[in-house]
Amino acid sequence: MDSVYQALADIVGNEHVSNRPEELYIYSFDLGTTEPHRPDYAVSPRTTEEIQEIVRLANRERIPVVALGGGLSLAGLAVPFKGGILMDLKRMDSILEVNERARYVVVECGVSQGQLTSYLERHYPYLTHSEPGAPPTATIVGNLAIHGQGDLAQPYGFNSDMVNGLEVVLPTGEVCRFGSCSIGNSWFTQHPLPDVGIFLGWLGTTGIITKASLRLFPCKKIRGTGQFVVEDERLVPEVMYKLSHTQMVEDIVAYSQAIPPFASGLQHFTINMAADSEKELEFKQEIVFDDTLGEYIQRGEGGFLGFTRGLQRPQVSKTSDWRKGGGFEYVGSIMPVEKYPECYRRGREISERHDIPYTVLGRCIGAAHAMMFSWTYAFNRADPETIRQAKEALHETDDLALELGGTVWKPGLYGQKLVMERLDPNTLNLMKKIKQLLDPNGIMNPGNWEVG
Amino acid sequence: MTLADFKYSDVIHRCFRCGYCKFPINWMDVNNCPAYARFRIETYSCGGRLWLTRAWLSDEIDWTEHLAEILYSCTACKNCEVKCPLRFNADILNMIVAAKSEMVERGKIPAAVKEFLENIQRHGNPYGTSRAKRAEWIEGTGIEQYHGQDLLYYVGCVGSYDTRAQQSARVLGKVMQKAGVSFGVLGNDESCDGNEVSKLGEETLFEMLAEDNIAQFKELGVQRIVTLSPHSYNAMKNDYPTYGGEFDVSHYTQLLLRLVRDSKLDISRGFKAKVTYHDPCFLGRWNAEYEAPRAILHAIPGVELMEMERNRDGSLCCGGGGGNFYIDLLGGSESSPARRRVREADETGANILAVACPTCLTMLEDAVKAEELEDRLAVRDIAEITAEACGIE
Repeated sequence: MDSVYQALADIVGNEHVSNRPEELYIYSFDLGTTEPHRPDYAVSPRTTEEIQEIVRLANRERIPVVALGGGLSLAGLAVPFKGGILMDLKRMDSILEVNERARYVVVECGVSQGQLTSYLERHYPYLTHSEPGAPPTATIVGNLAIHGQGDLAQPYGFNSDMVNGLEVVLPTGEVCRFGSCSIGNSWFTQHPLPDVGIFLGWLGTTGIITKASLRLFPCKKIRGTGQFVVEDERLVPEVMYKLSHTQMVEDIVAYSQAIPPFASGLQHFTINMAADSEKELEFKQEIVFDDTLGEYIQRGEGGFLGFTRGLQRPQVSKTSDWRKGGGFEYVGSIMPVEKYPECYRRGREISERHDIPYTVLGRCIGAAHAMMFSWTYAFNRADPETIRQAKEALHETDDLALELGGTVWKPGLYGQKLVMERLDPNTLNLMKKIKQLLDPNGIMNPGNWEVG
Repeated sequence: MTLADFKYSDVIHRCFRCGYCKFPINWMDVNNCPAYARFRIETYSCGGRLWLTRAWLSDEIDWTEHLAEILYSCTACKNCEVKCPLRFNADILNMIVAAKSEMVERGKIPAAVKEFLENIQRHGNPYGTSRAKRAEWIEGTGIEQYHGQDLLYYVGCVGSYDTRAQQSARVLGKVMQKAGVSFGVLGNDESCDGNEVSKLGEETLFEMLAEDNIAQFKELGVQRIVTLSPHSYNAMKNDYPTYGGEFDVSHYTQLLLRLVRDSKLDISRGFKAKVTYHDPCFLGRWNAEYEAPRAILHAIPGVELMEMERNRDGSLCCGGGGGNFYIDLLGGSESSPARRRVREADETGANILAVACPTCLTMLEDAVKAEELEDRLAVRDIAEITAEACGIE
């Protein structure tokens, strides 16, 4: 009997560990274009204590550990490049606390976006969280760990800016808490304790987040989406700026795509708004659509396409089937809003060069402080040529994102390499020191952020 | 067979494994695929099964007993089909059944599945019990052999052989007698309807069963059939016409509702209880019959109907479909779907968990015992509840 397997089985029970080919096969894949790599073991813990024991075992045996949430990053961030233990965290799926008055929720690391959305709708209809628009199986913590954004990004910023506290299993097995919970208080704030900031954005290379406190926000009774369109992509930054100035919208997304053909080349906006009464909604609609966007309509530069009540949450994404092929991947970047026109034009060129219908999207973050701009490339999983095309396009787009002055969001290995090549040497050196301090044996998600 | 020869070779790669298939309608958790709920590991999700099937047919992985168990743990509950937002969703379950068929073709199926199929072939039922014992449940009921009455009452294997399900089969007979329904049964001449055989991928045996049953029904002049089991209802309503078996098929809840509405049944004695209703997959998601059972319960005086959060097309399967009531690849754990389901029923505050399927009846009653909920939750078939409301002992 494999002693590591037996040790894992002793920790989580026989049913929650496997070294059989079927599980190793399934957990070798990301859903994007990243080449699969098989783990040696797949394990599904239920408690923080079990995770601690697994990590201690891995440290003792010098075995890589890769934590997996929803597995939907698409950038290969949970592919076990160097084998080892693939830790599926989805059994850690309890919503531990909702503090209605302080507006936060404490969740275990396997709680999905869909689960939280549903829970709040059913039990706390006046509260909501910033949902990222990923499939509902995406986890809350996975999204925080990659600095995700959601449909409340315009007023409140990145989802990772909404963290009130974390519980983390360090690579050496200790459990640390951050935020007010670390001094024995409730999980209501991350500040003003010393900021360690070393678990978000590190792609699971510095520890495994086991619990998180996430800020919730008022959920108004009426929510809906307005549609606006302009032909000239150069107008998009200005429109985004003006919309964010109103402080009356919850989400601003500009997008353009080749399909359907009649819409190709147009820049569409979806503008989410919310109100507690008809009077409030009418007032906001007047400010946003008449006073702010009216000038574009009057000049013949833009068109209002209507307002639909109700938000589809979680969103249903059909992107993966655009080429009837079960695959897509995108490069996300965090980019100055003013770069939208160039992002659109250059991204479209890349798509057309690789014979892929173009799809680009920019979501406003904060008061137009930045946007998340994405370039999406669909491929056919059964056609290696389309996978190769998509991969090439993705790499070119990583280069483009940095060339245009942005940063790559949740970068895959190629994007990480580009970022590290440009990183301030002192910053890189500090990252190296942090990594060595926290993970002396280099067991955590190896291959990612390999700073040396 | 290679992947290229697989009937769904042009579709199977289109599953992205986004995971919608794991959710109920209201997204409350990822436990609505019964096999995934049981094991909570990706191989047991619908997407996992599809990717593994493709890998197996492409020779990326070999057949193993474990691979077969993963596929056969699918109960054919159709939650995946309902939840998948993509255009190929109507083929999802067909792909899994086709993969099972390929395993049958190659003779590589789990031992319990082999036994299940062999028993049906030899004895006309999955339990391996003699055909001569099939009619034992009828003793003392006065239920007649079918000889041209208006209705054929088709009981099915579970209702004929399982001790608990036999009770509901008998009670339904009494209710129909009380309502003056002209009906008869096939007794020892009844054979398996084949629904599970079909979902286990044994196409040849299913064809044989369907053709034999159809021939027998035709020979007897059967035109209208009422089934105890939604599984039989599904096979006879949806599959038998392909083999020339065009019958007017009803599930018993549909018949009982008509009898109540036509005042053929006096339900005024009522049934005072807090009742929650579990939708059987082969009545609900497979045949979109969600209202007849609820309408009966609503009509019975004293019934306070309380819905579980998962209901109608978001209902959680009891884990018995796809032959799993016998092959039992999902049992043995507090995560087993039946045990999850009875805990949900208990959470509603109901003291009666109403069912409309003999498989659900046995699965959920066992789960109530395993969860030690007998002191506050009883599983009752809607036929039994109706009988009590009619004053039938």
